[in-house]
Amino acid sequence: MKELWKLFITFCRMGAFTFGGGYAMLPMIQKEIVEKNKWATEEEVLDYYAIGQCTPGIIAINTATFIGFKRKGIPGSIAATAGMVFPSLVIISTIAMFFTEFQDLAIVKHAFSGIRVAVAALIANTVFKLLKTSVKDRLGVLIAGASFVSIAFLKISPIVAVVISATLGIITKTVRTGEM
Amino acid sequence: MIYLHLFLSFMKIGLFSFGGGYAMIPLIQKEIQSHGWLSASEFVDIIAIAEMTPGPIAVNSATFVGYKAAGILGGIVATAGVAIPSLVLILIVSNYFFKFQDHPLSKLIFYGVRPVIVGLIFAAAVFVAQTAFLRQGTTLSGSMLNLLSIIDLKSIFIFIIAIIGLVKFEIHPILIIVISSVLGLIFTML
Repeated sequence: MKELWKLFITFCRMGAFTFGGGYAMLPMIQKEIVEKNKWATEEEVLDYYAIGQCTPGIIAINTATFIGFKRKGIPGSIAATAGMVFPSLVIISTIAMFFTEFQDLAIVKHAFSGIRVAVAALIANTVFKLLKTSVKDRLGVLIAGASFVSIAFLKISPIVAVVISATLGIITKTVRTGEM
Repeated sequence: MIYLHLFLSFMKIGLFSFGGGYAMIPLIQKEIQSHGWLSASEFVDIIAIAEMTPGPIAVNSATFVGYKAAGILGGIVATAGVAIPSLVLILIVSNYFFKFQDHPLSKLIFYGVRPVIVGLIFAAAVFVAQTAFLRQGTTLSGSMLNLLSIIDLKSIFIFIIAIIGLVKFEIHPILIIVISSVLGLIFTML
């Protein structure tokens, strides 16, 4: 029970401070899940994202379900997912109840302009951390660079990039170990 | 039975959208219109609010639409609907994932896939940076000289502070978010 509560509270905290969901959540996961609680390794989190990218649904919830399941099975995944959506429920209901022009409030606009910069800094910092730890060789750097260009500029679907690189991973590793 | 309709509609949205957030918006719009839950201008508001509040955009929109259509219970039902497909699908997948995680073949697959996700995240960072650094209503195009005039200097300053805080002092991401929102407020008051 204690463990379930901890899952709920941890994902609650992440949900309450993640602006944008999905990839914007990664810096929080890195801090709370990988570094602080050691519930998953950095590599594992990347794997969850890869699977989340190829399955329908909300990536933040996919990741919460994975980590919750790993810790405490089905009850764990429900606790983590509930924690993830709870802040949205409370915050959005409050806004819908009391603020009719929330998005036009000057204080909200200006605070959000700062938050948007913070989100960019957080994600950029995460990328550099990951490049140091999870991309192990030159081929990895090459794949990361190529997929960045093809997704950011050529607008290729992330699913296509994931499938191609999975195939590439199998081929190159097999060829390399075959030589040895 | 409006609760059932909300639940099923958002379940459909959760089940049929790949790539999260923005990819879901057209689907959400279609469901709202066919049920007449909100007006077109209310829908535009929802997207802005879902973006400017913490939490996944799809979840925020679900809560908002549900609340507007049928009060607090409506919000809860719509949110549950949008989250349940992800939960169930990943429960099925994770069962296999944790079983075959150490299988040589899945190791090979994820060896190739991990760098792609890093590249994807970098693309996301660039996308966010573009909206964060450029003055409102401008896009990244034209000459380098033009670039200087459309960049928002306050944002650059906040960015540098955030990076120093993260790299040098290892400040918690939550605190970085809080500090930056305060800086955003202070700079616009100056």
